[in-house]
Amino acid sequence: MTLANHYSYWVIIFLAIAGLYIVIARGNLVKKLVGLSIFQTSVYLLYVAPGKLIGGTAPIVSPQFQVYSNPLPHVLILTAIVVGVATLALGLALVVRLEEAYGSIEEDEILPQDRDA
Amino acid sequence: MVVLRSGAAAWTLAVAASWTALAIAAGLFLEVAGGNVVSYWIGSWPPPWGIEYRIDIVNAFLALLVSFIAAVVIVYCRESVRAEVPRERHYLFYAMYALCLSGLLGIAVTGDAFNLFVFLEISSLSSYVLIALGRDRRALMAAYQYLILGTIGATFYVIGVGLLYLLTGTLNLADMAARLPAVSDHRSVLAALAFITVGISLKLALFPLHLWLPNAYAYAPSAVTAFLAATATKVSVYVLLRFYFTVFSGSGIFDDRPLAPIWITLSLAAMFIASAIAIFQNNVKRLFAYSSVAQIGYITLGVSFGSVYGLTAGIVHLFNHAVTKGALFMLLGGIALRLGTVRFDAIGGIGRAMPFTSFGIVLAGLSLIGVPATVGFVSKWYLVLAALERGDAWLAFAVVGSSLLAVVYVWRFVEVAYFREPTTEVARLREAPLSMLVPAWLMVLACFYFGLDTGVTLGGAGAAAESLLRGPR
Repeated sequence: MTLANHYSYWVIIFLAIAGLYIVIARGNLVKKLVGLSIFQTSVYLLYVAPGKLIGGTAPIVSPQFQVYSNPLPHVLILTAIVVGVATLALGLALVVRLEEAYGSIEEDEILPQDRDA
Repeated sequence: MVVLRSGAAAWTLAVAASWTALAIAAGLFLEVAGGNVVSYWIGSWPPPWGIEYRIDIVNAFLALLVSFIAAVVIVYCRESVRAEVPRERHYLFYAMYALCLSGLLGIAVTGDAFNLFVFLEISSLSSYVLIALGRDRRALMAAYQYLILGTIGATFYVIGVGLLYLLTGTLNLADMAARLPAVSDHRSVLAALAFITVGISLKLALFPLHLWLPNAYAYAPSAVTAFLAATATKVSVYVLLRFYFTVFSGSGIFDDRPLAPIWITLSLAAMFIASAIAIFQNNVKRLFAYSSVAQIGYITLGVSFGSVYGLTAGIVHLFNHAVTKGALFMLLGGIALRLGTVRFDAIGGIGRAMPFTSFGIVLAGLSLIGVPATVGFVSKWYLVLAALERGDAWLAFAVVGSSLLAVVYVWRFVEVAYFREPTTEVARLREAPLSMLVPAWLMVLACFYFGLDTGVTLGGAGAAAESLLRGPR
């Protein structure tokens, strides 16, 4: 097991941790959503990357080919992408309404406004 | 419903849908009660290739619970939503309600790990919307925070499922369970277990991952709080049970790992710390939201014993807590409707102005404490039995001790509602409308009915526990 053989996993881990870090460390509500998206994208890669075999072809049975890539992860992730888009859209819609209600999209400016209310 | 654009029509449709769901769930429950398993192949693709809906006694029990709560709450919704949600958004509210219900029922019946994720997100996304419909602007922030944490939880779950898929090449839960022992010496199984546990624990608000819950429950519209408190976290508990007892149980991964002590510690922390925080809340809805976190502690405590008694206690408490909390939040919704707030400093003397509502809250509170003849007593009794069976008398005392904390916070309501002079504002109040009181009291009476006649709940939970412990097939 060498580092280079598993480089796709290193990319995935980096993206996941970077995304989560943004969610935790940023106070800007839009940036948090960006981080969340990066985190979700890393999971898409986790599914898609192992589905491809080097030298594999599309899974249409034919005597010419012996090795096939697995199409199922791609289909699954198509669903997950749709879910991710819906989440992002809903999150951004909430941010718009938060902006209307509070006049800010910074977490540390919104939270104090309710403390005395 | 979105096409109709009419609140009343959407409500009628939602009522029809939830009652039909209840009828179907009841029919399924009766069918699988004898130990049958119903399997439905979507698109006629046989499992493990196609998605399978697989219903055994555990699924049926949960589906029955969810659809029962939904059917009662939807009736209650009419008045409550009219008061708390702007008129032009009514049809959207009912569309989201129906979507959330279908997501929750989908989780309950599916036998496919990835399909479960999709349903989990359907129910979660619609519940974020439902929470954001609250009148208070803090509802928006609560929904946003829930969205962030909920999505992280769901993504963790997908990572776990992804790892399992890479190891076993299947997404069908039963098939996965059959193939997992062959690869169980692989470290990825452990990582998958960890990801799924943390992800689902976020969803079910296990202490200390409960941070989204109190605000979400406190600022959501009353009907939404009643519905979500009674169903959403319960469904997540089911997912956890399914993974622990069906998928992972055969793989030997639990041997030599201190999982039970971890669960017991977290459950105890939830029971005591969340109850203690609840005592100091000024908002009654927040108080009962923290109490929900504590009650989830009881459920997971029962589950962590891993014995028939413990699991029975956990599953029966799933049902009992849903009924109790549903009743409480529905009655509180009545106060919110008439008074516009449920803060302790505003509701002094409410017992005289709204006698039925207040008395109902006290009765449901008794069930929360676990007074004999209520459902709360049944589940705590079994929890104590399970603790004693393990030979851990101190755990039994802990269960009783944390119930005393529940006495304190329920007493706070009694004291404020009955022993304070009503302010002029409170004295003017009328009783909540009948269409809200009747469903709420139905739940309160259910607290007592199922406390006295435990045939359905304990029988169902016991059978569910045994079938879980038996493992797959």
